[in-house]
Amino acid sequence: MSQTEIAPMAAGNPDRLTGLKTFWHYFSVNRGAVIGLFVFILLVLAALFAPLLAPYAPDVQDKTAFLRPPAWQDGGSAQYLLGTDPVGRDILSRLLYGARFSLLIGAVVVTLALTGGITLGLLAGYFRGWVDVAIMRVMDLILAFPSLLLALVLVTILGPGLFNAMLAIALVLQPHFARLVRAAVMAEKSREYVVAAKVAGAGHLRLMLATILPNCLAPLIVQGTLSFSNAILEAAALGFLGLGAQPPTPEWGTMLATAREFILRAWWVVTFPGLAILITVLAINLVGDGLRDALDPKLRRS
Amino acid sequence: MLRYLLNKIALLIPTLVGITICAFAFVRLLPGDPILAMAGEHGVAPARYEELKQQFGFDLPIWEQYARYVGEVATGDFGVSISSKRPVIEEFKTLFPATLELSFFAMVFAMMLGIPAGIFAAVKRGSWFDQSLMGTALVGYSMPIFWWGLLLIIFFSGYLGWTPVNGRIDLQYFFKPITGFMTIDTLIYGKWAAFRSVLRHLVLPTIVLGTIPLAVIARQTRSAMLEVLSEDYVRTARAKGLSSARVIGVHALRNALIPVVTTIGLQVSTLLAGAILTETIFSWPGIGRWMVESISKRDYVVVQSGLLLIALIVMAVNLIVDVLYAVINPRIRAA
Repeated sequence: MSQTEIAPMAAGNPDRLTGLKTFWHYFSVNRGAVIGLFVFILLVLAALFAPLLAPYAPDVQDKTAFLRPPAWQDGGSAQYLLGTDPVGRDILSRLLYGARFSLLIGAVVVTLALTGGITLGLLAGYFRGWVDVAIMRVMDLILAFPSLLLALVLVTILGPGLFNAMLAIALVLQPHFARLVRAAVMAEKSREYVVAAKVAGAGHLRLMLATILPNCLAPLIVQGTLSFSNAILEAAALGFLGLGAQPPTPEWGTMLATAREFILRAWWVVTFPGLAILITVLAINLVGDGLRDALDPKLRRS
Repeated sequence: MLRYLLNKIALLIPTLVGITICAFAFVRLLPGDPILAMAGEHGVAPARYEELKQQFGFDLPIWEQYARYVGEVATGDFGVSISSKRPVIEEFKTLFPATLELSFFAMVFAMMLGIPAGIFAAVKRGSWFDQSLMGTALVGYSMPIFWWGLLLIIFFSGYLGWTPVNGRIDLQYFFKPITGFMTIDTLIYGKWAAFRSVLRHLVLPTIVLGTIPLAVIARQTRSAMLEVLSEDYVRTARAKGLSSARVIGVHALRNALIPVVTTIGLQVSTLLAGAILTETIFSWPGIGRWMVESISKRDYVVVQSGLLLIALIVMAVNLIVDVLYAVINPRIRAA
């Protein structure tokens, strides 16, 4: 047999560059996705530079300014642009710091859920048999409970708090990744390139991680984006129910929970934290839609 | 068909076992001693402690405890609430109709708006209506519904004073429940003022709970409809000279609705999760608020059984949806 020269995949490979270009081409066609990405970058910047941007520290109380309305309303002043909460803290500052928590929650939850889901999905799809049955039955079981209820119960076991809330949400979201990876692995496993790698002597680990996994990435990225926004929503809901981040943490859901009793007296205390959640989740979902269009022609929403 | 059904039920057995294991494990995974945890802040006397330990069977080996638990659950014994001292199943029976009624209205709301909107958007693809509808749907899909509920309260109850803030009915009306569904009960008694009060209480929670399903259904209907509209048989129907309304309403819609039915079925779990938040905001006396309150009251017997009962409901509904799906889509049955 003649020796075949296989070109190494060097960095700066022209193929990869055009790949990125094609991706951006498809992504930028979707105007909403670009706007979403822009807003998301702003949020990341706000979170990173919160100490510089925020006029006050998130926990500083001004005893002369309880429930001060926003600047444009009667009784408001430029001192507190978005008004103050019932204990005289600046809402704008708390929102800026809150962006840190929401983005952190999204990132941690998605990382945990991805790691767990990829591992389990790879094992199930690659080995099939009883491994598959055992793993997928457990995933079905997790999906049998309404997600928020399961997260609530898990937090009850683990104890309330931001970190436990993230763990619980990651566990609840993880089956979606496992199912996705398993389906993709099963589809890819019998392809010729995998058989070729196997014949060439690649071991199980190499086959799973280096050969098959990179070809299942597109749907995972889309699902990851959607889970990012889901995680933020669920963590805010847990915070709202008093089981997520605990006051005085400026987490948006927790802020809503403490503001609840003032809804009919001070609309701004309730409105702004929720608006922050909505804008963040919406921006990420817009990016998710754009990613789906750009990465996966099969999933493309016409 | 029967074989399909039996097959589906057989597949549910492992999940069923898993659900009971989860509920069983819940009380035992709680930090600290389960009896002390269940006793709450008051604690128990040592003699009572031993008594309870035997009563709950915590002195038995773990698998015997589990067998005992399954035996109790299978005979409909879901334990007694620690806070109210009433059997959990009794509480569930009084509270569940409230959740069911609210969920039913939310689902009707979501379908009645979502399906026509989705069809219209697909037919007028690319128009301003389509674009703004899809934009709105994405906002709805991204909505933190607990905040949405508070906003609606601020506007409709606080500012306009149109709707009540909490509960299912004004306190002045009292009657013995027959079905547990207040809309039906008030009609049976023929009390029109009470019926109106019930409807006014239902409006906001229905909108809040229906928002996410509405967004999902509108999006799903639109994409299913778009797919179907490009099929050959739709083109044939058009070529035969059928009216546009008939092509869309009969040829296209019937096929487009198949994936939509599945979506609606999948929303049941979302709906129950949403009910937890919606009921908390509107003080709606259903099982969602019951679970949240039981968790904060540390009434773990209720949480354990509630978890089990809710999972069973989700499972049953999913089975019904699967069967329904097979009925409307013969291709599934054959597989």
